[in-house]
Amino acid sequence: MGSINLKQVTKSFGDVNVIKPLDLAIKNGEFIVFVGPSGCGKSTLLRMIAGLEDTTSGTIEIDGQDATNMPPAQRGLAMVFQSYALYPHMSVRANIAFPLKRAKVDPKVIDEKIAAAAKILNLTDYLDRKPGQLSGGQRQRVAIGRAIVRQPSAFLFDEPLSNLDASLRVNMRLEISELHKSLATTMIYVTHDQVEAMTMADRIAVFNGGIIEQVGTPMELYQKPINRFVAGFIGSPKMNFIDVSPKHGDPTHSLGVRPEHLKVTTEKGLWRGTVGVVEHLGSETFLHVNVEGVGTLTIKDHGDCTLQYGDTVNLTAPKNKILHFDANGQTIASLSWQ
Amino acid sequence: MATTQSRTLARVMLLPSVTLLLAWMIVPLCMTLYFSFLDYNLLIPGDNEFVGLLNYEFFLTDPAFVESFFNTLLLVGGVLLITLTCGIALAILLDQAIWGRNYVRIMVLAPFFVMPTVSALVWKNMFMNPVNGLFAHLANWFGVAPIDFFAEMPLLSIVLIVSWQWLPFAALILLTAIQSLDREQLEAAELDGAGPFSKFYYLVLPHLSRAITAVILIETIFLLSIFAEILVTTSGGPGYASTNITYLIYTQSLLQFDVGGGSAGGIVAVIIANIVAIFLMRLIGKNLES
Repeated sequence: MGSINLKQVTKSFGDVNVIKPLDLAIKNGEFIVFVGPSGCGKSTLLRMIAGLEDTTSGTIEIDGQDATNMPPAQRGLAMVFQSYALYPHMSVRANIAFPLKRAKVDPKVIDEKIAAAAKILNLTDYLDRKPGQLSGGQRQRVAIGRAIVRQPSAFLFDEPLSNLDASLRVNMRLEISELHKSLATTMIYVTHDQVEAMTMADRIAVFNGGIIEQVGTPMELYQKPINRFVAGFIGSPKMNFIDVSPKHGDPTHSLGVRPEHLKVTTEKGLWRGTVGVVEHLGSETFLHVNVEGVGTLTIKDHGDCTLQYGDTVNLTAPKNKILHFDANGQTIASLSWQ
Repeated sequence: MATTQSRTLARVMLLPSVTLLLAWMIVPLCMTLYFSFLDYNLLIPGDNEFVGLLNYEFFLTDPAFVESFFNTLLLVGGVLLITLTCGIALAILLDQAIWGRNYVRIMVLAPFFVMPTVSALVWKNMFMNPVNGLFAHLANWFGVAPIDFFAEMPLLSIVLIVSWQWLPFAALILLTAIQSLDREQLEAAELDGAGPFSKFYYLVLPHLSRAITAVILIETIFLLSIFAEILVTTSGGPGYASTNITYLIYTQSLLQFDVGGGSAGGIVAVIIANIVAIFLMRLIGKNLES
């Protein structure tokens, strides 16, 4: 079990409303990612679900039970912190055993559970070490181990990979995804990294300024963002936005084209500009093209692109890949993705 | 400090201050050592004869020595116990987000700024005085006979006064240590179902071990040489009940004018201090390494 229902939840610190009234239903077994820029309230919401922050108004239901005012330990949730929050004076074994000992579990059962968790997480050889003697990735796994032995109804991850280096982050991303597949427990994962969100999530909730802009599967958000913010936040490199002067009968204020949908063409395209910086990544090339009256457009081209600084190019994009936004930044569905 | 030349220059520049500091320490120590072997009493002028270890024999076999030795240990141990337990409690309290926290912190620090003689006098005359003291008034108000602190429990009274002086020091060091405790660890423990006592025992106390060690080591150094509080309040009495080694040396050399005996006592005190230091470092010094 592990369904979580947020109903009209708000949070304010003094006069500042960090979370504006917000509804969200998290299904049992789902991997949901909260993503958004820093200060958007995603971590605060996670801490409210965990019970580490009070809820100003609204209700949080866990498995159909009102948990709004329940103390953290009784909610049956486990959290993995950004700093791992391991207990530095205890061995790995004692760290993982800590929640079980607090719950007065039989020592025999504790030993079995530790052994099982250590096997899943490849920690068997490190059980007697102190956290200070482990690498970042190993510490992360201990933190996850401490969470899984409790068999929580949901896991909460608060930017767990942001302290790891890039290559380790990719590995841990895979490990967490695999863990979710094998445990099939609800996971709520907070990150500011849209790549993590796209690769791991069943559903993504995009946060901005204390509200949820859009909730959907990664591909829904990528293909059909409901507004300019979501369109710009999901996808890397960022979507190009082109302001247009509104014509009579056409509400379009700006256009959005993803770098991977822009093509360099020999025919007369939609835009014409000069190539600025060229970034070769081997498998692909990012071109930054300065278009007069529009600004810099980023183009994702194939790896063996031979264009150079100062070249003049024509750019085009398929009609159904261009998004139209109105004056409020909302996507105009009738003109986009036909 | 990379080249040979700059290193040599640095040594030359350091030489005067190092020499001065070394002389400052070595000369008095050697003179004390020298006096401790002489029959040197200010009341009996004349040749100061070399008497070997006689001064040490007199000092160590004096019944007052054994008593003052244990008094010293009791004084140090008692003050450490009180300042550490109350200091931890106070540090936890000051770490909470209470109203006017900054003012409270300054107030807590105040006793440390009061001179030992002054604070001892204040305690002696305003609090512990059996007729006019605040405690006496309190006792009368409750209908109990007031306690004559310095007659009935002289050493405990001094322990209380010294503890009051050193509590701010301990609380301040422990407070800074508590503030460096990772909040996420406490939150994780809360999610793991740890109550306030388990959080204190499993997280706060281990985190404080290094600060506690520092407090013990620093306080011990100063507490071994407590003097002013004893002189002002009990003058070591009744009998030798509140005399520590430092005070005993004072009575020897300045009240009995026995420079030789006092010097021997001084050397004994240095040796005791070193034994205590070695013992402490063995016992808790490993906490300072990380």
